[in-house]
Amino acid sequence: MEQKVVKRELEEPATDQLLSIEDLQVSFHTYAGEVHAVRGVTYSVEQGGSLAVVGESGCGKTVTVQAVMRLTPIPPGEIKGGKIIFNGKDILSLTEREMQSIRGKEIGMIFQDPMTGLNPTMTVGNQIAEAIIKHQRVSKHEAMERAIEMLNLVEIPNPRVRASQYPHQFSGGMRQRAMIAIALACAPVLLIADEPTTSLDVTIQSQILDLLQNLQDRLGMTIVLITHNLGVVARLARNLVVMYAGKVVERGTSWDIFYEPAHPYTEALLQAVPRLDRPSRMELASIPGAPPDLFEPPQGCAFAPRCNYCMKICMEYDATPIKVSDSHHVSCWLHHEANPNPLPKELQKGGGKRD
Amino acid sequence: MLNFYPKPEDFAPLTLDEKIGDEITRPPISYWEDVWIRFRKNKLATIGLVVLSILITMAIIGPIISPWDYRTCDYGHVNEFVSKRHWFGTDYLGRDMFTRLWQGTRISVFIGITAAFLDLLIGVAWGGIAGYFGGIVDDIMMRIVDVLYGIPYLLVVILLLVVMEPGLTSIILAMSLTGWVGMARLVRGQILQLKEMEYVLAAKSVGASPRRIIARHLIPNTMGVVLVSLTSSIPGAIFGEAFLSFIGLGVPMPQASLGTLANEGYQVLRIYPQNMIIPATVMSLLILSFNFVGDGLRDALDPRLRQ
Amino acid sequence: MGRYVLKRFGFMLLSLWVIVTITFLLMNAVPGGPFTSVKLTPLVEKQLQRKYGLDKPKFQQYLTLLKNLGRFDLGLSIRERGRSVNDIIKNTFPTSAVLGIEALVFAVTLGLALGIIASLYRGQALDYVAIIIAVIGVSIPNFIVASVLQYIFGFKLGILPIARWESFKHTILPAFALGLGTLATMTRMMRSSMLEVLNQDYIRTAKAKGLNSAQIIWGHGVRNAILPIVTILGPLIAGITTGTLVIERMFGIPGLGKYFVDSIYNRDYPMIMGTTVFYSALLLFMNFLVDIAYGFIDPRIRLARGKED
Repeated sequence: MEQKVVKRELEEPATDQLLSIEDLQVSFHTYAGEVHAVRGVTYSVEQGGSLAVVGESGCGKTVTVQAVMRLTPIPPGEIKGGKIIFNGKDILSLTEREMQSIRGKEIGMIFQDPMTGLNPTMTVGNQIAEAIIKHQRVSKHEAMERAIEMLNLVEIPNPRVRASQYPHQFSGGMRQRAMIAIALACAPVLLIADEPTTSLDVTIQSQILDLLQNLQDRLGMTIVLITHNLGVVARLARNLVVMYAGKVVERGTSWDIFYEPAHPYTEALLQAVPRLDRPSRMELASIPGAPPDLFEPPQGCAFAPRCNYCMKICMEYDATPIKVSDSHHVSCWLHHEANPNPLPKELQKGGGKRD
Repeated sequence: MLNFYPKPEDFAPLTLDEKIGDEITRPPISYWEDVWIRFRKNKLATIGLVVLSILITMAIIGPIISPWDYRTCDYGHVNEFVSKRHWFGTDYLGRDMFTRLWQGTRISVFIGITAAFLDLLIGVAWGGIAGYFGGIVDDIMMRIVDVLYGIPYLLVVILLLVVMEPGLTSIILAMSLTGWVGMARLVRGQILQLKEMEYVLAAKSVGASPRRIIARHLIPNTMGVVLVSLTSSIPGAIFGEAFLSFIGLGVPMPQASLGTLANEGYQVLRIYPQNMIIPATVMSLLILSFNFVGDGLRDALDPRLRQ
Repeated sequence: MGRYVLKRFGFMLLSLWVIVTITFLLMNAVPGGPFTSVKLTPLVEKQLQRKYGLDKPKFQQYLTLLKNLGRFDLGLSIRERGRSVNDIIKNTFPTSAVLGIEALVFAVTLGLALGIIASLYRGQALDYVAIIIAVIGVSIPNFIVASVLQYIFGFKLGILPIARWESFKHTILPAFALGLGTLATMTRMMRSSMLEVLNQDYIRTAKAKGLNSAQIIWGHGVRNAILPIVTILGPLIAGITTGTLVIERMFGIPGLGKYFVDSIYNRDYPMIMGTTVFYSALLLFMNFLVDIAYGFIDPRIRLARGKED
């Protein structure tokens, strides 16, 4: 079946960064107090790039991207500060109406749990077509045809039949593909994938990642991938951002992060990935302790209490990003030029012992 | 952000002990304590509880503190308005409304609670047995429930009362014989859910007998659901009794219930509205506060709303 | 799907049979028979007994009853000399039906609307007002509401009629009193259903597609929230039906409810029994229809049932 693949051109060639988040701060007001979920996050991704944002649950990675789509539930949430520039537009100052013409059309988002992400009382085809009708002036019939094409694009067999089925008739992996079809229905320039494979089982995960890679190549999309699973990252992302407790602790290319991790947290994360080639007797490494409660944000570096290399200054002040190389920045006092101590072996350049 | 340049001493390494570990944990509180706290936070529910307590207190002491008794007819003072002699006025036979009101409240509440409790007993027993034993026992018992569930409850109550002649016992009996069906379903559903849970498996593996399992594990956990259900069956029973009174199947004269009082008052609504308004208000407040308390309890027990 | 329909229909007939039997047993448990309150000479009494078939052995009476019911013949009323129960029902039920439908339409449309609005303005003034109206509506018995309405609008203000059934204006107060409880229940249920639905992930997906609020609320919110409401339609209709018993009495409306209550006063046993069976059949049938309808509306069930065949 012929596929109409649309490669989107940027409407206004702005800076080279398609999406730029600067010092974003988001809090949630709860019964127990204010949770500072995002405490000054800065990162960006260029057009056509693929960026992965990693960190444990609760580090703020999801809250950040939801703010990009302005999906943050405003009570109890509050965007306290910062800037988000997408395609030359200042996201935080747009009206809701203007946002509606960006969501689905210029930015597509896929969510973590495909089981609950689809409306159980609407056919899958209609859910895709809905997005198409909203943003493009086409007839219902035409929209449905395109929806079927989308299902084909995401490699769902028998798309015409499937389009008139309901979500509960789809398997988990197929539902996630359907979600991807919905997100890409109007050929957005940016796709944000929030833990797209977390609730799927391992073999399906692989397929979905392949699909995303494939789609990116064909459609020339920019992808931002949120995950806590480093294995997922290695395949898809050229650039990486590591977050902890509401802040970015390190950013760089995949190579930088995997082979020359500069932040103790990143190093610990990499150590914690179970490997098949180590002796099975070895204990799984885990990071002792737990992330801090974000009601009272810690004064210094949030990772300090769990860090093996913690220094006096770490408990009192949080480091600002320090340049390790052109592509690689880390927020850690260990790398500050005033640090008289030598870098720990594991965090030195070329200190990584991974393949 | 930093307005100073760090000095070499700042970079002295810290051992794990020197680090301040804050642990912000909440002190553990028991399940029911938590429920109570959440309940108290709900303003409507607390008001409901207060109103309920007041009404029940009045029901108990009202007829005692009043100088009149509920049947005495003060023939010279018929259909009187509120006065010093009769604090809430009199009815068409000269009986003191204050006494009758609280006497009636006693009866209504008594009927409500007793009928609801009997329903509870029958329903819990039926649903509990069906749920626990499962298999064919469950099948048969629940089939019966399904058939009975479709039958309109008040119609059967009416029929029963036509046969048994209305009286305090017959009303309670009629309502409890028909009203247990919903509770049975509820309890059985809960038991089925709980049976699957692991701690039952754990208890069984230690060799606990079925009776012990039912008593110590299943029942306490069904309590929450049952309690909420109670708080809606009691006002339901009070309403039911009042409804029956309005069709002429209420407690017989000279006894009073809120329903019969309202009915009697209705007959003279145009000229002596207070005779209906007063019992109607008390009845409504009673049902209303039970509903508020019930809602509050349900919200307080809902694990999803835990803070 | 067909098998399921048959199964529910079978259950319906079973329940109906149970209630007919119960009714029969109860009616015959009354000591003295239906003529004790009327002074009759022994000869006349015997004649009447023969006429109403009361001289036959009980079991035979039972079978005759079942046979008659199969032909939709509900017997003869005792009080209303000579008139058959069928006749009375045929004349009075339409009135009750109109009243009931009016109340139902009023309650359901307004209730749903209020519930949706309350859920959208959660925690704000509008929500509290709706909740309080709802709880009050559920708590205050319909006969009390009716009497208050009669007092205010009839006696004091004199703007709406409070008795008889002659024009549309006559229907306003009784339909309102009858429907208020249902309206309140609808509001509460719709509100909580909406709140639950609006918390679901697919609402977030809908928003991420760029849909506006109206599209999300209707197409994704209400569409899913209304499903659990359908399940309580059965009991709701039953509630309105029993409500007519009291409301028709209070407003002097010549409907089946009023006749039924009268027959209770008069201990007109055939009438009581016939009407009970009629009501039961009606309500059981309504429950059955609602059950089937729900199966159609919820695609998860519709398709699952379809697979059973």
